[in-house]
Formats: sequence, structure tokens, C-alpha cells
Amino acid sequence: MDATLKKQLEVTACKVRLGILEGVFNAKSGHPGGSLSIADVLTYLYFAKLNVYPDNPDEPTRDRLVLSKGHTAPALYSTLAEKGFFPKEELKSLRHIGALLQGHPCITIPGVDMSSGSLGQGVSVACGMALSAKISGDTYKVYTILGDGEIQEGQVWEASMFAAHYKLDNLVMIVDNNGLQIDGKVEDVMSPYPIVDKFRAFGLHVVEADAHDFDSLEKAFNEAETVAGQPTVIVMKSVKGKGVSFMENNVSWHGTAPNAEQYAQAKEELEARLKELEG
Amino acid sequence: MADVKKIATRESYGNALAELGDKYKDLVVLDADLAAATKTGIFKKKFPERHFDCGIAESNMMSVAAGMAATGKIPFASTFAMFAAGRAFEQVRNSIGYPHLNVKIGATHAGISVGEDGATHQCNEDIALMRTIPGMTIINPADDVEARAAVEAAILHEGPVYMRFGRLAVPVFNDPDTYKFELGKGIQIREGKDIAIFATGLMVSEAIEAARQLAEEGIDAAVVNIHTIKPIDEDIIIKNAKATGLVLTVEEHSVIGGLGSAVADVLSQHYPTKQVRIGVNDEFGHSGPAVDLLKQFGLSADNIAAKARDAVNGTLFAQIKNKFDEILGNK
Repeated sequence: MDATLKKQLEVTACKVRLGILEGVFNAKSGHPGGSLSIADVLTYLYFAKLNVYPDNPDEPTRDRLVLSKGHTAPALYSTLAEKGFFPKEELKSLRHIGALLQGHPCITIPGVDMSSGSLGQGVSVACGMALSAKISGDTYKVYTILGDGEIQEGQVWEASMFAAHYKLDNLVMIVDNNGLQIDGKVEDVMSPYPIVDKFRAFGLHVVEADAHDFDSLEKAFNEAETVAGQPTVIVMKSVKGKGVSFMENNVSWHGTAPNAEQYAQAKEELEARLKELEG
Repeated sequence: MADVKKIATRESYGNALAELGDKYKDLVVLDADLAAATKTGIFKKKFPERHFDCGIAESNMMSVAAGMAATGKIPFASTFAMFAAGRAFEQVRNSIGYPHLNVKIGATHAGISVGEDGATHQCNEDIALMRTIPGMTIINPADDVEARAAVEAAILHEGPVYMRFGRLAVPVFNDPDTYKFELGKGIQIREGKDIAIFATGLMVSEAIEAARQLAEEGIDAAVVNIHTIKPIDEDIIIKNAKATGLVLTVEEHSVIGGLGSAVADVLSQHYPTKQVRIGVNDEFGHSGPAVDLLKQFGLSADNIAAKARDAVNGTLFAQIKNKFDEILGNK
């Protein structure tokens, strides 16, 4: 990846993380761990990959993204705000009564392509969008992000079978393999492993990537574009809570908001990182 | 009614889709390995490139339909009522209902007239389930003419629609030349002053026959066809309740949550009226020929007439009162 772009993406991802924390802190609830683990991939997609139009969010030719792991809405909202779909100020009222930003993604929010949050459904919706594009000859692409706990849902495998059957090569599924879910380690709760082999057996083209390395992400998404007649799934190894030292790999941050002191510490860490990046 | 033409409304559904396919280019049909039974196979034959089998995976199908609707298609997602409203309830609620997407659900094999397959496939709960989803329109057509009209009305309506069709061939009583379907409007088939019978789906023709029998005994029964259960036509319900002071609801569905409940919801607020509910009485169905099952469960003209007669002459409510008195120890 071009060094300038990479630097820009790192800066943006850091701002996205700050937005996630601002949202969750002000909401006094929400899911920071899994939001932080997808901050980089969302940054990559919205700032280096997707054709999207903040001034015209419903432009029919746009690429679509369905956040199947909808509980990590703070990451999507922070990215969309950073991209200019709505003012960053909105993040402060996340989950508040009467607010634009609902606890889980809602289709009425500018830039949000689908309401989601009931796990397993978003990936099927993405399949429907991809099939729809195929039959109309539209060239947009559809991306969907799933959690590694989410793939315990049977519907994910119904959708995978469907995507392979209809040769949806305009669909890219992304599995955020941070290894943790609410009740503990995914392999202790209900092992989804071997994830790669399972998707391969269902007929998908599988690419493995490092969720926190923009070179690796770029390579993975570029590879997905070269695949014809088959959907691609990018299984990306990630760190839950990535970017905030005390949240990393700690399952207790799955669905807990930081208190004022913790928020201050997290902010300090991220701001220091931002300063370092911006030199 | 021996020489009356009979057609199953699932057949009407398949035929209507095939007929409308040319007119509505965005119309696509999804099925879950039941195209032969839901009759979407008729559409598939004519438009193979717009028919998508999803396999035996109804949950995925409903969410796929949502995705297609979100990108401008008008998907008809088809399967048996049991799986459309039952198995995939949460997908219908969250993928279709909450974002208010333009998905049409064609649910066939509703009610106990599924027949021999028995209780697992006899869905008597679908109307109740679908009524609870905000913004969901529910249509339960009574015959071939109405079912075909309902399919086009569903296409023209922007938003999710649940359509309920039957497996059993039923009499075609509407005149295709004069019939007009208006979404959300009941149809006054017969005026009456003694009792108002509100019927839906395949119980409409039974209600018409019941009213004919009652007329011979000098009981003047109004008959109203409620094809749209949500949004329900409050005006026609209140008007008929006022005209008769006594209502009877009949449906091939549980008495809990269906037409009977919907009518009671309206009347309890606007014009409290004594009501007799005929439907499946909080029990599961069982195997048997559809026609025999309908009779056994009281879903027949004879039983409608009997209940109406007892309600009009007061014996039905006296029986109910006696039972309550017994339970409450008032004797």
C-alpha cells in the first residue's frame, strides 16, 4: 500500500476509535470491544475501497455494507461520521432517547444500508443485495461484517450455501475473528473452528488477513476482486478492544462502557497515538 | 353449490404472479423448495430467470428477500404459513418489518385445511403473529378472484405484506367482472339486522351459506368479508355492530389473535358488542381430509348458522353465563 494512504488510514482509524469511545462513554452502554476490533477494516473500506457518497447516501450505484454484527454499531457510526454522512456531534447522543443513532444500526440513518443486530440476518440480507445486483446487471459490490461468535448462528451457513449456490462473486463476507464472545473464548463457548475449512467446504473463496494491518487488508480485498463465480470470505484475525491497552483481549469489554476515569485513560492513549502518527 | 367452480387460492397466487410478471419487471419470486406446492412453479415456468429457490432455509430466504427489496426489487417470498410466519418470524420482524421493506410474503397451506399432513403443518397462528409486527399488512383472500386481485394490490402497496393462501380448492363466488379489491376495506356481502357475521378467507363462502340458511328461519344476518385483517376496516365493523347489536366472527385460524381478536379490539374500544368467535379453539389440529376437518372444527356453514341462531335467540349466552356461574360458585 502507498505509504501516504497507509498513514492517512492509520490516522483516520485512530479518530474512528476515539469516536467509538466517545459514543459508548456518553451512552453509558454499548459494545466497545468488538467495535474496536473492526475499526481498521471499516476505515479501510470507507476510506480506500467503497464507492459511497456522503452527500447522496442513497445513490443507487453505491457499494453496500451490512454490519451483520450489528452490536458494533458505534464503529460504523464513528466511521460514517468521519466520512461526513452526519455530524460527529451525533456520536455524543448515541443510544439516547430521540437520538439519530440507535443502539443497533437502523436503515434510516444516513449511510446505513440495513438495519441489523439480530445476529445471522445481515449476511442473508447482503446475499439478497448481491443477487439483486446480479439480476439487474448492476456493478456495485456488497460487503458484510460478521463476528466469529455470530457464525454460530445457523442462518450464517444457510446464507453461505446460498451465496455459493448463486455464485455471488460481488459479495465479500468479512469474519472478525477476535476470538471472544460474551460468555468467553469462542472455542470454549461453542467452537466455530476450523472457520476457514468450514467456509471452504461451503464453496466460498477464503482469504486470511490481519485485521489491524492495512497492507494485509488491501491484499485481501484486492484478491476478493479477482475471484469470479464464487463469493469471498475474508477471515481476519483481530484483537478485541484493539487500540486501548486495558480493553485488548479482555472479554469484559464486550458490552460494557468505560467510566469517566477509564474513558480519560483510553482517550489519552489514543490521542497520544494520533499525535505520534500526525508527527 | 354443486356446480360452482373450485380453485385453491395458492393456485390463484401462482397464476397471478405469472400474469403480473410482464407488467412488473421488478417482481421476483423466492421459494424454499416448495415451488410445486406454493404454485410459484407457475411463475418459474414463465420467468425462470426471476425465480430463486432458496432451498429448505426459510430464515435465510426472508432476509434475502429483505436485501432484494432494499435494492429495488419486489420480492415475493413463498413457503407454507407455518414456516413463513412461524419459523422465520424473527427474520420477518427484524429484516423486513423493522426497516419496513417492500417484501411480499406469500404464505400458502394456512390453517387446518392443510388436511392429512396434520398439526405440524397446520398453521393456525400466523395472523396472530403477523398482526403484532408494526407496519405489516395482512391479507387473507376468500376465493380465486379475490386472491388474484390481492396479489396486484400487494404489489401496488409500498411496504411489507403478508398474504395467506389455502391448499384446499374452494368455491369461486366473487364475480371477476364486478369485483373490486380495496386494501383495508371490508366488503359488505349482505346487509342484516339480527346479527353481523364477519368472515375471512375460506370462511367467507361458508358465512354466505350460513346467512342463507338463517334467512329461511327468519333470521336476518349481515355478512362482511374482512379480506384485509391489518389494517382492519373499523368503520364497517362498527357500522354492522350498530345495525345488529350482535356479532359473530369466523376464521380458519386460532380464536386467539386472529380476526376474532381484531374485531374485538375495535368493538371493545368503540362500540362494545356481544361477540361469538368461531375458529380453532386453542388446540392443535390433526390429520384427516380437509373438508372433514373443517366440519369437525366447526368451520362450516351449518355450525356458523347454529351458533348464530343460538346467539340471536339468547341460548348461547345463557349457556355461557351458566358455565361461569358454575365456575364462580354462584349457584
